[in-house]
Amino acid sequence: MFGNNTFLRTFRLGVKSLMLHKLRSMLTTLGMLFGVASVVAMLAIGEGASKEAQDQIKQLGSQNIILRSIKPPEDMVSNQTVRVSVYGLTVADFDRIKATYPWAKSVVPVRMLQQEARVGKRLLNPRVLATTPTYLEATGRVIHEGRFLNDRDEAGFANVCVLGYEVARYLFPFESPVGKRVKLGADYFHVIGTMLPRVPIGSDQPDAGTAVTEEILIPLSTGRLWFGDMQVKIRSGSREMEQVELHEIVLAVDRPESVLVAAAATREMMKRFHKDIDYEVVVPLELLLREEATKRIFKIVLASIAGISLLVGGIGIMNVMLATVTERTREIGVRRALGAKRKHIVMQFLVETVVLSVGGGVLGIGLGLAIPKIVEVYTDMEPVLTVAAPALAFAISVGVGLLFGMYPAWRAANMDPVEALRHE
Amino acid sequence: MTGTATLARPVAELIDVSRVYQMGTNEVRALDGIDCVFRDGDYWSIMGSSGSGKSTMLNLLGCIDRPTHGEYLVDGISVGDLDDDQLSELRGTHIGFIFQSFNLISQLNVLENIMVPLFYLDVPPAEGEARAVELARRVGLDDRLDHRPKELSGGQQQRVAIARSLVNQPSLLLADEATGNLDTATTAEILDLFDELHDEGMTILLVTHEADVGSRTSQTLWLKDGRVDKVLQNR
Ligand SMILES: Nc1ncnc2c1ncn2[C@@H]1O[C@H](COP(=O)(O)OP(=O)(O)OP(=O)(O)O)[C@@H](O)[C@H]1O
Ligand SMILES: [Mg+2]
Repeated sequence: MFGNNTFLRTFRLGVKSLMLHKLRSMLTTLGMLFGVASVVAMLAIGEGASKEAQDQIKQLGSQNIILRSIKPPEDMVSNQTVRVSVYGLTVADFDRIKATYPWAKSVVPVRMLQQEARVGKRLLNPRVLATTPTYLEATGRVIHEGRFLNDRDEAGFANVCVLGYEVARYLFPFESPVGKRVKLGADYFHVIGTMLPRVPIGSDQPDAGTAVTEEILIPLSTGRLWFGDMQVKIRSGSREMEQVELHEIVLAVDRPESVLVAAAATREMMKRFHKDIDYEVVVPLELLLREEATKRIFKIVLASIAGISLLVGGIGIMNVMLATVTERTREIGVRRALGAKRKHIVMQFLVETVVLSVGGGVLGIGLGLAIPKIVEVYTDMEPVLTVAAPALAFAISVGVGLLFGMYPAWRAANMDPVEALRHE
Repeated sequence: MTGTATLARPVAELIDVSRVYQMGTNEVRALDGIDCVFRDGDYWSIMGSSGSGKSTMLNLLGCIDRPTHGEYLVDGISVGDLDDDQLSELRGTHIGFIFQSFNLISQLNVLENIMVPLFYLDVPPAEGEARAVELARRVGLDDRLDHRPKELSGGQQQRVAIARSLVNQPSLLLADEATGNLDTATTAEILDLFDELHDEGMTILLVTHEADVGSRTSQTLWLKDGRVDKVLQNR
C-alpha cells in the first residue's frame, strides 16, 4: 500500500508544508520539546538516584543491622565533680544477639577508643576500633597488605593492629608498615596488615567528612585488656567519664529477606533489656527503602511535569494541525479530485503531525540530556544516561504525534471533495 | 467506413441522472433527469445561465460527486456501485481536472505539481518524472520546472494545471471555467492547446459561459434549470 518511496515522498511533502510556516511550526514544537526533555531528564536523574542509593546500601551492607551506643539525655549517674556515664551496648547484648541468631552470617562487636598513635615523631589521632575477625567480611573491607585480625589474635590478647590506608600512608610514608610497630597510648602494637581505602558513606559515620580510612583496628580482647571500658573525656574544665562496653554491634543476617523481621525482633529484644534508650538500631535497608520512597515522589513530580507538558504539547500540535487542515481545505479538495484516497490524506497530515512532534522530541532529547549535566554540576547527584531514555522519548513523541494527529487527519480525509473545492 | 455508421466508444454516459440537494424541507434539483453520451474524441462545451447546473454536472462527470438518481458510466464502469476508494481510483486513472482558479499546490514546484496525480497511482517516480517533463515541454514550461506557482502568471499556472490533468493519461478531460480567470490573449493560448489535444483524440468537456469559448468546441450542450435545453453542432 505505502512503499518506502511513497512514505519518503510523503515525509518530504510534510516537511515542505511545515516549512511554509517556519515560525509557527517551531513554536508548535516547544510543548513537545519541554515534555520530552523532562522525560529524559527524569529518567537520567531517577536512574542516577537509584544507582547512588544502591551504591550506598552496598557500602552499609544490605543484610546488616547496625546497633550503636548513644548517650542518653542527661543525666543518669552523676556526681558533682566527676561524672561517670554508664550506657550503651554491652557484651551481654552481643552474646544475646549471637545466641538469638545462630544462623547469622556474622555478628561483629566494635569498641571505639580515643588513643594517640605514634611512630617515631609522627603522631596521629585516629579512631581505634577494637573488634573481632568477622569485621572484615561484615563491612566488606579489603586487605591491601598482610592479613587481618584472626581468632588466635583474639584468644591470645595479641598486641597486633591493622592500619587503615591513610593511617598507614601517614605513619609509614616510605616503607611497608607490615612487621613494624606502632605505639597506641602507652603500648606497642605490631602491624600485621593494611586495608584498602573505601569511599566515605556519610550518614553512618560519626566523623563524616574526614577520611573514614583514618582508623586502626585491634583485637577486641586486647582493647578491653589494655584500655578497659572506661574512657575519660576532658571537656571545658570538667572531667567526663564514660563507661561503654561496646560502641557498635553489626549483625549480618543470612538472607536479605530476613533483614526487616530480624530488625523488628532485635528492637524488641533491646527494649526488654535496656531501661533507657542508650542505643540505636540502624537498618540500612530501611533507610534505603525510605530514601527510595522519597525518590519515588520526586520521580512522580517529574513524571507529572513530563505528562502535562506532553499533553499540552500534543494539544498545541493538534490545534495547529486543525488550523492547517482548514487552511488547506482547497488543497485537500484538489488532491481528492486528482485521485487521492482518504488514506492518502490521512497519511499526509499524520506524517506532518508526527514530523512536528518528533522534531520537538529530538530537540527535547538534546535538552533532556543537557539538564542532567547541569544538575551534576550544581548538586552531588550523579545522573546516569541510558540509551533507553532517548529511545523511549522518541517513541513517546511519535506516539503523541499519532494520537493528536489522528483527529485533524480524519477531519481532512472526510471532507467532501466538492465542498473542499468550493472552499475559499 | 463512414462517420455515421460507426459511432465512437462512449467515454461518459449519463442515464436519467438527477442531483438533488436537500435544503431543509425544500429540495433543489441541480440536475433533473439528464440523458447524454460523451464519446471518445468528442469536444464539448457545456453552457447555460448561472445556477443552471453546469458545475454540478461536471462534478458528477468527474466522479467527485454521485448522482442522487439515475446511472453514470465512465468507460462502462457504473459509479453507483463504487465505494469511496474505488471512486478515487477511478478519478486517478480516468479523469483529468482543470479548475477555474488553477488550484496548484503552493508548496510544490512546477514539476512536482504536474506529478501530483501520479503520486496516487504508484507510477514509478522516474517514469512519472519523464512524463511530467515531457508535458511541461508540451505546454511550454520546461524552463520553469523548479518555479513555485506564485512565481508564474495566471496563464502559465493554468498551463501547469493542464499538464497536471494530462499526466495520468485520462480518458476524459474536464475543465470548469478554465479560462474564466484569464485575459483574452491567454484564453486564446489555452484554447489553442485544447484544440491540439482534441486533434490528438482527447475527449474534452469545457464548462463555460463565454460564447466565443463555446463556439471553439465541436458541440455545445445547453443546460437550463438542471435539464438539457438544447444541443448545438458548432462546426
Ligand atoms: N452544495 C449545494 N447545496 C445546495 N445547493 C447547491 C449546492 N451546490 C449547488 N447547488 C445548487 O445547484 C444549482 C446548480 O448549481 P451549479 O453550481 O451547478 O451552477 P452553475 O451552472 O455552475 O452556475 P455558475 O455559472 O454560477 O457557476 C444552483 O441552484 C445551486 O444553488
Ligand atoms: Mg459553476
